[in-house]
Amino acid sequence: MEPAPDVVAIATVPPMNPVPCRIARSGDETGDTFTLELEPPSESGFSFRPGQFNMIYVHGVGEVPISISGDPHRTDSIVHTTRMVGLVTWGMKKHRRGDFLGIRGPYGTAWPMDVAEGNDVVIVAGGIGLAPLRPAIYDILARRDRFGKLVLLYGTRGPSDILYVRQLEEWRARFDFDVHVTVDRAIGPWKGNVGVVTTLIPKVRVDPENTIAMVCGPEVMMRFVAMDLLKLGIPEEKIFVSMERNMKCGIGLCGHCQFGPHFVCRDGPVFSYAAVRRLLGIREI
Amino acid sequence: MSPGLAVHRLDATDLERLFHILAGEGYSVIGPMVREGTVIYDRIASSRDLPIGWADEQTNGSYRLVKTDSPGFFGFSSIAQSWKKFLVPPSQRLFRSQRQNGTFEIIREENVPERLAFLGVRPCDLRAIAILDTVHLNGPVVDPDYRARRNHALIIAVNCTKAGNTCFCASMGSGPEAGAGFDLCLTELLRDGDHCFLVESGSPKGDMVVESLALSEATPEDRSAGREAVRKAAQSMGRALQTDGLAELLAASLSHRRWDEIGRRCLACANCTMVCPTCFCTTVEDGTDLTGTIAWRTKLWDSCFTSEFSYIHGGSVRQGITARYRQWMTHKLSSWVEQFGTFGCVGCGRCITWCPVGIDLTEEAAIFREQTSLHA
Amino acid sequence: METLQPVLAAHPFFQNLEPEYLSLITGCASNVKFDAGTYLFREGEEAHHFYLIRQGKVGLEIFIPELGPVTVQTAGEGELVGWSWLVPPYEWHFDGQALELTRAIALDAKCLRSKCEEDHDLGYQLLKRFISILEQRLQATRLQLLDLYGTRT
Repeated sequence: MEPAPDVVAIATVPPMNPVPCRIARSGDETGDTFTLELEPPSESGFSFRPGQFNMIYVHGVGEVPISISGDPHRTDSIVHTTRMVGLVTWGMKKHRRGDFLGIRGPYGTAWPMDVAEGNDVVIVAGGIGLAPLRPAIYDILARRDRFGKLVLLYGTRGPSDILYVRQLEEWRARFDFDVHVTVDRAIGPWKGNVGVVTTLIPKVRVDPENTIAMVCGPEVMMRFVAMDLLKLGIPEEKIFVSMERNMKCGIGLCGHCQFGPHFVCRDGPVFSYAAVRRLLGIREI
Repeated sequence: MSPGLAVHRLDATDLERLFHILAGEGYSVIGPMVREGTVIYDRIASSRDLPIGWADEQTNGSYRLVKTDSPGFFGFSSIAQSWKKFLVPPSQRLFRSQRQNGTFEIIREENVPERLAFLGVRPCDLRAIAILDTVHLNGPVVDPDYRARRNHALIIAVNCTKAGNTCFCASMGSGPEAGAGFDLCLTELLRDGDHCFLVESGSPKGDMVVESLALSEATPEDRSAGREAVRKAAQSMGRALQTDGLAELLAASLSHRRWDEIGRRCLACANCTMVCPTCFCTTVEDGTDLTGTIAWRTKLWDSCFTSEFSYIHGGSVRQGITARYRQWMTHKLSSWVEQFGTFGCVGCGRCITWCPVGIDLTEEAAIFREQTSLHA
Repeated sequence: METLQPVLAAHPFFQNLEPEYLSLITGCASNVKFDAGTYLFREGEEAHHFYLIRQGKVGLEIFIPELGPVTVQTAGEGELVGWSWLVPPYEWHFDGQALELTRAIALDAKCLRSKCEEDHDLGYQLLKRFISILEQRLQATRLQLLDLYGTRT
């Protein structure tokens, strides 16, 4: 299959005005995490690159940046998985099928899918970090022969917090996809791994010089995972992380998302570890 | 004053004619005036509204207006305000949203800007406008409101013939002579009973005004007096900032102890960001009417010194004042270079004057430089 | 009869250990197998062995009154379970359950402790390796403590 179609953005004129999109499906995932699927506002559909995000507007409440977590090969659907962490996400959770949310996007840089071709790929996700990585997984599976070994390491809080359980089971059943899941602690019956996601890294068998790693999760988790991936021999310019910062515009004009000299909305959210390694080690930057 | 460009002469007594011509072209004139013990930029109807005879005394954390008996219109230095309030308004409604039939409709705000003539744009502020242009017009996304306001503005720069105590435009290469970007540029000359302005045009809009004014050409003596006045200003700057390698030096000093020392003094009052002519950070505020049917979104000035500026679920990234001061100064004097190709600072000195605890970023930059070379 | 020495040599824990030490240790080693669901050890029991997992998975559990058994860590193929045998009073601090069919090499604690007392160089080699494992475990435990995926308020 060909690479995902080029980005088809939601045309917003002026750029701060959201466009109402209808919710086609809504469903709970685990705990306070839920997924919404929206219809693109026009016939031209919507397309994005894995790793990008939209600014989502709840009428009268506000806007937040949320990663897109759908299949980049589909142009008929805009999928967002998110946690309820504030007023806007709480407002989103209350919206049901048939309601409308405002969308601006897609914005930001993408996971390095073209650079990853021909390489082994290690994907490390922590908690809700699996959501921005799912589009990369979809893309690789759609063009599986273009990539080498594919490994997913996924860590989350507990067995009841595992996101996309059924998909993980499907992926795990494939012969060309190594999926390892671990939880921080397990209450009750759980026969899987228990321990932080870094404990899964020694299990990875790839050719480190020819591996691309994509990491997404809490910043502390990404820092420690990147260090352990370096120990495996994966070069720092081949490790990629997804950063998160406060955003008010998503288009490089409000100044809030700055991380050192980088605008996370425009130079990120996906960065190579080489580019941000030093900044990650500085407090309160 | 470039040697090749035509320089004209306008007698001070004829300054009023400039106002007539601007009004004839449909411009409202925004210029400096004295109000409540300070100089502000507001609508002025005539040259009599200008701060004739007013000068100022500025230093760290202090600003005082001083009345002199000079007939000069522009004897004062940087004022608290800058022109950014007319290009990036402190508050601006972006859109309204109306709920209907299960969905909502975004109603665009048709903000048609007025034609404004900015009279008295200091060279540092002229450079600041150019910097704001880069931020809002040269990035991947253009700000359409900014573009409209900018296109409706006529810029009349005024060269500085006197440097203020907190000024350091010469260090930043942004003054005391106006660089590119003006429609008109004036240099006020006061020589033994001869009070006049040298007038240069920098654009077709400016050419039109010069033509309408039907000015005579300035004499070589006039021109040389103008050059001399500006040169004297350049040599009497109150402060200096050494810029070579400064961006790299600060980027390498992010964990330096000095930040804590500054952080202990800084009150995070955000004055510096408000008076700075290039600070462009904004936030948005969403509101609704009582029924929730009509909503709106407003864009407001914001400051990286606020505790919520860097908030992400659970807390702010920059919790301490030290981190927030570091963000401001390193953005202005380091990151800006990587982001936009120039420093964000134009040497206007406002942040030094208006800091209630008198923090001086030229002094801090010198300290970082000295302490870094000690360890080199 | 085949000795366990080559099996021990192949386990990551004993990587690069000189053959003379390996053969000393082999004297304390035995092959064990645990069916899924059986407990290798219980909290409070004397730690007679430590285990090198060859196949399968062992879960370390603590029983919490209202919650029941909580698994705080698992160890799988190539990993090690148990260091209580090194520290008096040589008692297990957790329950250890085989989560699936598990084959392991059990190393007799008393046997090894006395050999280490006799030959301090052997003791040093073992302790070096244990410190490395403990360091990794401590690091991982600290990250677990942060509860990074929990909701912050």
